[in-house]
Amino acid sequence: MKNENLYNYILGIADNSLILGQRMGELCGHGPSLETDIACTNISLDLFGQVRSYFQYASKIAGDNRSEDDIAMLRKEREYKNVLLVEQPNTDFAYTMARQFLFDVYHLAFLSELQKSTDLTLSAIANKCIKEVSYHERFSSDWVKRLGDGTEESKAKMQDAINYLWTYTDELFHQTEADKIMVSEGAGVDVTKLKEAYYKNVGDLLEVATLEIPESKYFQKGGKEGIHTEHLGYLLSDLQYMQRTYPNMEW
Amino acid sequence: MSEEQIRSLENQFEARIARDEKIEPKDWMPEKYRKTHIRQMSQHAHSEVVGMLPEGNWITRAPSLRRKVALLAKVQDEAGHGLYLYSACETLGISRDELYDQLHSGKAKYSSIFNYPTVTWADMGAIGWLVDGAAIINQVPLCNTSYGPYARAMIRVCKEESFHQRQGYEIMIKLANGTPEQKELAQDALNRWWWPSLMMLGPTDAESIHTEQSMKWKLKRKSNDDLRQQFIDQTVPQAELIGLTIPDPDLKWNEEKGCYDFGEINWDEFWQVVKGHGPCNKERMKARVGAWEEGEWVRDAAMAHAEKKQERKQKQAV
Ligand SMILES: [Fe+2]
Ligand SMILES: [Fe+2]
Ligand SMILES: [Fe+2]
Repeated sequence: MKNENLYNYILGIADNSLILGQRMGELCGHGPSLETDIACTNISLDLFGQVRSYFQYASKIAGDNRSEDDIAMLRKEREYKNVLLVEQPNTDFAYTMARQFLFDVYHLAFLSELQKSTDLTLSAIANKCIKEVSYHERFSSDWVKRLGDGTEESKAKMQDAINYLWTYTDELFHQTEADKIMVSEGAGVDVTKLKEAYYKNVGDLLEVATLEIPESKYFQKGGKEGIHTEHLGYLLSDLQYMQRTYPNMEW
Repeated sequence: MSEEQIRSLENQFEARIARDEKIEPKDWMPEKYRKTHIRQMSQHAHSEVVGMLPEGNWITRAPSLRRKVALLAKVQDEAGHGLYLYSACETLGISRDELYDQLHSGKAKYSSIFNYPTVTWADMGAIGWLVDGAAIINQVPLCNTSYGPYARAMIRVCKEESFHQRQGYEIMIKLANGTPEQKELAQDALNRWWWPSLMMLGPTDAESIHTEQSMKWKLKRKSNDDLRQQFIDQTVPQAELIGLTIPDPDLKWNEEKGCYDFGEINWDEFWQVVKGHGPCNKERMKARVGAWEEGEWVRDAAMAHAEKKQERKQKQAV
């Protein structure tokens, strides 16, 4: 492939939205209230909309007749490049909202940088997505505050979720090879530069939510290189089910 | 109020409806009118919400990104219909929590169609085409019903349902024009959803209760059997157009009457499902009750948080 770095770079961004969108889609009809159901479905819908823009672009870059769906649904486990954070399961509503919040704060900062990309397609996509993502961030922050500063039970649950998911936050700021090359070309976002503001913003909100900022210095990584947690395989078997069972058909 | 005064109010009330005036939440209304509307509107709201489950079942497995997005949007619309209808119902002086209690305790009903399982992707097509299609036939006449909030809700809901219906039919077209395997998926889905969709239009007129009063209040404008005939006459050509066969050997065009004759509906099955013994009644209730119970700590926390915020605000004001 001529533009392999760009292709890999797009996948690195898009897979986060794809996997998180899939997780949020699982909840449809099972949320704690009709309003949260609608909001979670809406987040999923936004994320899949973004995924389509990215993969349509990736398909053009790849130039090998693979469609957006082939790219989304017909790769092997080790070829998905999402961070481990977004594949974590919907253990309960606190986990779902904590995962969303920890990703949204990053996602928002990332997109506001991507808007400046010299790659005009990427900057246009970022431009389109940022409004949606700032809504997601407001929604998930509000829930972290509500559950953190709600009842004792909800506080314990939200603290547990934050503690558990914290270990996956550091990976957001790791650079892949494709990242480094894209940054040097002015098309990519230097994620290492987002780290400080990220932990500051997250920390500030946790404080408002009367939650403790986890102190653990041990982190997990691997998603960006395609080494995932055991959760991902099951998610992919749903995501890929139709494409694998009925290959080469149009829907 | 004396009995005579009440009778006079009732007469004025019925006269307003006869003149096609809308009844609004603050207007006087007979208790029976209120209760009947709470029952029908909440049943409709519950159907929208329980109806999210069979389709939600395929969101994670949708065959393409385009279909996944469309399905998510559809299920989100249904949630919106639920919300809208619960709010309309609340104007009659009952809370959403009370309505949920009625659903969860089994006191309130919801449309029986959602007690059938969605076993293949083609069911997403069949549901949109047939189930939303039958819902539209049921609901379009309600856009002119006498209770204002319900009529307005129906106008908005029907617009979206007809979009769902086209989307579902489009899924079927694609399958029917696809590979033999896809065509088989489509035919199989039609076979399974056809009869339950006919049942959706309600028991046959001979067995239907409350119809006369409902006609007067414009809660019902055509009989179940008329609606069913309308649905069949509209849907059969759509099936033919895409080369699918309606699973009814007795179905044939009746030149004289200008409509289709059709076979006997299995009313035993209908009543079995209505009484709670359909293929998925228990799963659907378990999913709804489960979501509600597991969500209790979340709703409590939201309430507690709002109270704390309010308190802090008041303290600041002092
Ligand atoms: Fe409906
Ligand atoms: Fe609906
Ligand atoms: Fe619908």
